[in-house]
Amino acid sequence: MTAPKYHTKFGSLAHFEKGGVQSITDDVKHYAFSNCFDIASRARPFEKIVFGQNQIYVLETIRAEGNSPWYTCAHDEFALCMDGEVEIHLIQLDADQQVRDQTKNGAVLVIGEPRGQPMGWMKIRRGHQAMLPRNSAYQFRAAQPAVLIQQTCKGELSIERWADICQTA
Amino acid sequence: MNAVVEFVNVLASKPDAVSGYKSFTLGSFTFCRDEYFAHVSWTTRSGKPMSHTLDAGNFLRALMRDVAWGFFYGWVNFDAVIGTVNRYESVDLYAGSYNGTMKEAEIDLLENFPTAQIRATFEQMLDDWTNEGFDPFAAPQETGSAHGRKRGNNTAKVTRARELAKRCVGLKGDLAMRSDTSGAPINRAFADVPQEAPELHPEPGFENDVHAFNLFAFLSRSQVTWNPSFTSVVKYSFMCPTTEEHILPIIHGNDRVEWFFQMCDEIHWDCGDKNTGKPLARVIMKAGDMAAMPAYCRHQGFSPKRSMLLVWENGSPTLAYEIQNGKSPEIPVQF
Ligand SMILES: [Fe+2]
Repeated sequence: MTAPKYHTKFGSLAHFEKGGVQSITDDVKHYAFSNCFDIASRARPFEKIVFGQNQIYVLETIRAEGNSPWYTCAHDEFALCMDGEVEIHLIQLDADQQVRDQTKNGAVLVIGEPRGQPMGWMKIRRGHQAMLPRNSAYQFRAAQPAVLIQQTCKGELSIERWADICQTA
Repeated sequence: MNAVVEFVNVLASKPDAVSGYKSFTLGSFTFCRDEYFAHVSWTTRSGKPMSHTLDAGNFLRALMRDVAWGFFYGWVNFDAVIGTVNRYESVDLYAGSYNGTMKEAEIDLLENFPTAQIRATFEQMLDDWTNEGFDPFAAPQETGSAHGRKRGNNTAKVTRARELAKRCVGLKGDLAMRSDTSGAPINRAFADVPQEAPELHPEPGFENDVHAFNLFAFLSRSQVTWNPSFTSVVKYSFMCPTTEEHILPIIHGNDRVEWFFQMCDEIHWDCGDKNTGKPLARVIMKAGDMAAMPAYCRHQGFSPKRSMLLVWENGSPTLAYEIQNGKSPEIPVQF
């Protein structure tokens, strides 16, 4: 007897299937149902689109395409690649370019060119999760459209368009 | 009605002469098992005897989660009748209290116990009632039967430590990656999941800062089902991915909004009213789908093939109280 063969089904920008909420008696909007590939397929490059939020915390879908601006953040963040391939370049940002208020939530744009010691870079693919260490500057580079999920806090760059991304009926 | 029970040691009987299993008493509740079933009995407030029966395997799968998760967030319903509510320094044990019909019939019972007491009782029950060859954390196709008379034990499998990263999996001094040598071979259902590590090019001195890991490879090597680990942490934002196969052995009623991000394959969720169990919605989740579980619901997932689910939790210690006080909403977002 041979062991059964399993096929693990992932989604991608090119091919994804959405499930959905089948209401019995509840309001489907209460489930804030969306899909990261659907969001990314309709997003501009590097829009940080909130698709999960819990108080100050968010998960954002990002369509990575080309070079992003340089970002920095006073707390750690993480990026999970769900499709494609993304380089992440890191610089240990000089103190005067770091977020002044170290209690500030969410990523901000680095003002001007980032200055500081290069920390190195990494390349992540589907299923890889990268750390974006607090007070570093980071830039995403994607030759082809890719999809990232960012674990962070809601900040000034976070975009909310729930009615556009969520199932409403 | 919340009766407060004084601290006592674990009350266990001698092993039954026929089945070999001990019975346990916790406050006014009695737990005993036979070859096929776990039996829970209590006395109603009007003094009538009442009882409830669960399949022994299902009961042990639920008990395993409750014990391993330290009673988790909010409600851990073993089924539509019995379960626990985490009050964070104490735990409610109930029968029928969150079942609309039983509550209305006033045959329910809820008692509150110091966490240490209910934990010790549940741990001993789990160990005594779990036979060799049955792993309550394993998918049904990957383990033996829970049924029959007492034979041996499976202590190693029922005392696994939860895997909790402090900052990120794979960092020096943090939760390690899983490997063949760490006793975590790739699961049969994830044999096709790419295992290659991310490319890392740190400058000298930044080896522990330029960090990424293969989360899907990490999950493909999970030996358990329906048991979230922590893999990355931002303040109180916890990424709690887990591998799911067959049925979530508990029905979780959260005391806060929780989010599910389906990373591959699919899970179907039954959502019901937290207090009564009345059905509210079904949520069908496929790869890339995101959904919130409102704080008023209880939910149970069904995963036809082993799948990867990212449970995203806000572990803020004050959040449950903020929801109770109306300071934090029960629904994830208004739009
Ligand atoms: Fe849950």
